[in-house]
Amino acid sequence: MTDTAASASKFSALANWREYIIYIGFVVIFLVFAATLGDRGFLDPNNLLNIIRQTAIIAVVSVTMTFVLSTGEIDLSVGAVAGLASVATAMGIDQFGIPGGILYGLGTGVVVGAVNGWLTTGIGIPSFLTTLAMMGIARGVAMWISGTAAIPILSKPYAAVFGAGNIGPIPSLLVWVAIIGIAGHIVLRRTTFGRRVLATGGNETSARYSGVNTASIKFRVLMLSSVAAALAGMLYAGRLHSGRFQFGEGDELSVIAAAVLGGTSLFGGAGTVVGSIMGALMIGLINNGLVLMGLEFSQQLIARGAIIIIAVAISQTRKR
Amino acid sequence: MTTANAAEAVRMRNVSMRFGGVRALDDVHLDVSPGEVHALLGENGAGKSTILKILRGVQPPTSGTVEIGSVPLATFTAEAARNAGVAMAFQEMSLIPTLTVAQNVFLNREIMTSSGLIDDRTAVAESRKLFARMGVEIDPSAKVSDIPAGHRQLTEIVKATSQPCKVLVLDEPTTALSQNEVERLFDYVRQLRGQGVAIVYVSHRMDEIFRIADRATILRDGKHIITAPMSEFTLESMIAHIIGRRSRGFSDVVRETAMIGEVLLETRGLSGSSKPIGIDLTLRRGEVVGVAGLLGSGRSSLARVLAGVQPMTSGEIRIKGKVVSIARPRDAIDAGIALVPEDRARQGFVAFHSVESNIDLPNLDRLSTKTLVDRTKSAALAESSIQRLRIKTDSRKATIRTLSGGNAQKVVIAKWLATEPEVLILDEPTAGIDIGSKSEIVTLIRNLAKSGKAILVLSSELQELLAACDRILVMSEGRVVRDIARHDLDDAAKVDSIDSLQHAEQKLNKFMQEARGGIIQ
Repeated sequence: MTDTAASASKFSALANWREYIIYIGFVVIFLVFAATLGDRGFLDPNNLLNIIRQTAIIAVVSVTMTFVLSTGEIDLSVGAVAGLASVATAMGIDQFGIPGGILYGLGTGVVVGAVNGWLTTGIGIPSFLTTLAMMGIARGVAMWISGTAAIPILSKPYAAVFGAGNIGPIPSLLVWVAIIGIAGHIVLRRTTFGRRVLATGGNETSARYSGVNTASIKFRVLMLSSVAAALAGMLYAGRLHSGRFQFGEGDELSVIAAAVLGGTSLFGGAGTVVGSIMGALMIGLINNGLVLMGLEFSQQLIARGAIIIIAVAISQTRKR
Repeated sequence: MTTANAAEAVRMRNVSMRFGGVRALDDVHLDVSPGEVHALLGENGAGKSTILKILRGVQPPTSGTVEIGSVPLATFTAEAARNAGVAMAFQEMSLIPTLTVAQNVFLNREIMTSSGLIDDRTAVAESRKLFARMGVEIDPSAKVSDIPAGHRQLTEIVKATSQPCKVLVLDEPTTALSQNEVERLFDYVRQLRGQGVAIVYVSHRMDEIFRIADRATILRDGKHIITAPMSEFTLESMIAHIIGRRSRGFSDVVRETAMIGEVLLETRGLSGSSKPIGIDLTLRRGEVVGVAGLLGSGRSSLARVLAGVQPMTSGEIRIKGKVVSIARPRDAIDAGIALVPEDRARQGFVAFHSVESNIDLPNLDRLSTKTLVDRTKSAALAESSIQRLRIKTDSRKATIRTLSGGNAQKVVIAKWLATEPEVLILDEPTAGIDIGSKSEIVTLIRNLAKSGKAILVLSSELQELLAACDRILVMSEGRVVRDIARHDLDDAAKVDSIDSLQHAEQKLNKFMQEARGGIIQ
């Protein structure tokens, strides 16, 4: 290679360091906690597994949120849909057993996804508004049909598969994250659908001129997001042996923060699934460390907000 | 004009600029005197935009000094440059579409009433005065999104000159203007020159440069090549300085009579929602057909209807004699029609994606097996496109925004050629591209026709149409009003190529003006 090519690649490597900020940040925070909180059980394998368990559900939804943000859209209804799906699943299991529960849970995602997708692409309401309204509707329906009470799930096999059990030493939640994460990564990076998702968010007009049916891409992405949110609700239901309308409350913000921390652009066209999962783990790591430090809940909220702002600020500076 | 003791309005000395390892400017000088129109010329990538960025303060040079009216520019911010007296009319329109013309002109320095509220009425009156000074009638209370592109461009210039300035930078100020509006602008520029404003004029349109500029500075590859009064240049010598030894403008385009074959595209009574109206078009294999027409003639609408971007309301489209239904861009691609669109940055590519993924986009289905994109095929397509069209890029992984305008356009052409179209439509294929790349693209168009494609070229640059086409259609008010064979525009008496091209251009221009007159009566 020529001289200029070599210096150019060095230049771009330098410019790209911020893309790896999530990994650098993860390692730095991990090391700081390991050094300062090691004696309080931070490095205990049980504690580390616990971090993964607590962040798994966020991680699953952050995978599909990466797709949504990459098309230049947003889905604020994921937390509420998770809550609704947990209630629907519990009711389904109660009435028809496990298959009924799975059908009800996933069905919730499909219905909400279809409505979100149709309102956004068919009617043309911005997804920000569609899903903001849907957030209220889904939460309201969940409260209504459950009578604001928790609906217990007595099925042990259901709980074992959906979140509470282990496969050998590995929590089943981790298996779910791995499956969804690997599938999401391959779909976004390697398939025609993934490439069209990125093109739609990168420059919608140009994508349309290039024969991409951008409305259909957006519809499908919003559908995926709701189905993943419903799966998250089913995992909550399994892990906590019940369906409750409160499950998933506030998760939309954690999920979006995880994706953005991982380098996904809020303006569309750029995103990685691996980054989003790392973002989710980092949020879990921070939460865990703050608890072990003995901070009060109010202090945790402040510290968590500040750390996320700093990390996102660093990862966003390259976009200007 | 230039007197020894008068302070220069702009004095840039030994200005260099490095981006990483790339040297965008190398020890460049630029002096502009008060009361002078100074053309700044060079191909894309020659360093014009960089020097303008330094001049208007948004980027500090790596080394060198900048003086405005003999006061050194100490800090490089847009505000500091503005305070020093530098005004700039942006090529990429900086107006806010949802505000009115007057609100845009007075943006960020709104006129207030005595009670401290914004006084829109006075702003409208003041704007009207400003437009009157330029001699154009634009309604200052109209929303910017509702006025034509030419008026937006003039508003941009009025906004830049609404405050007193020492230096005015005009970057491609005429791209959206009609002939008449160009005259108004030139009168206005001369008026400002008379008031002692130093004007830096950047344009790819040589005829305008020769009419309006007093002196010119030419940059090439980041280096200062020459500064001289316009009287010392000819068109030939100027082009020679700009492009160096690589090409000689359009005169080197060989338009040999191609083998014209069977009809590939045929339209009957093709109409869109408002334009085009009742287009009957026949395009044969091996033929390049041009479409000329002033702004608003319906040229681009015709292209968009054929490409399925804009709905067709009546008429029919036949490909090789078979009626095809084109409702979406996908239908057009499947039928073998490809459109290289007018607005490259908005319609042509995703700027921050790589050359490779941009070329892939309309070809994804062909490049994949069971929806998995085949990385080997994708890489091979990108590499062969880069070689075939001689696209200058670091690699296929480089993002489009690191490429010059000409090379970005080649990527857009490459992505459409890869769909293996029978009919290729190019809308303003060389807009905003330097002369060297222009002639390269025209040559490419000729070669594609020779290889058996039917090509439709829509352009506002007549020289380009004359160099590229076998036949030229003139459009006006949505209709095709004239169909002229290219050789009918030649004058047998004039043999010299530059002269004959100019002669043909005059003739075509006359046809276009007559076409407009005919519609109006």
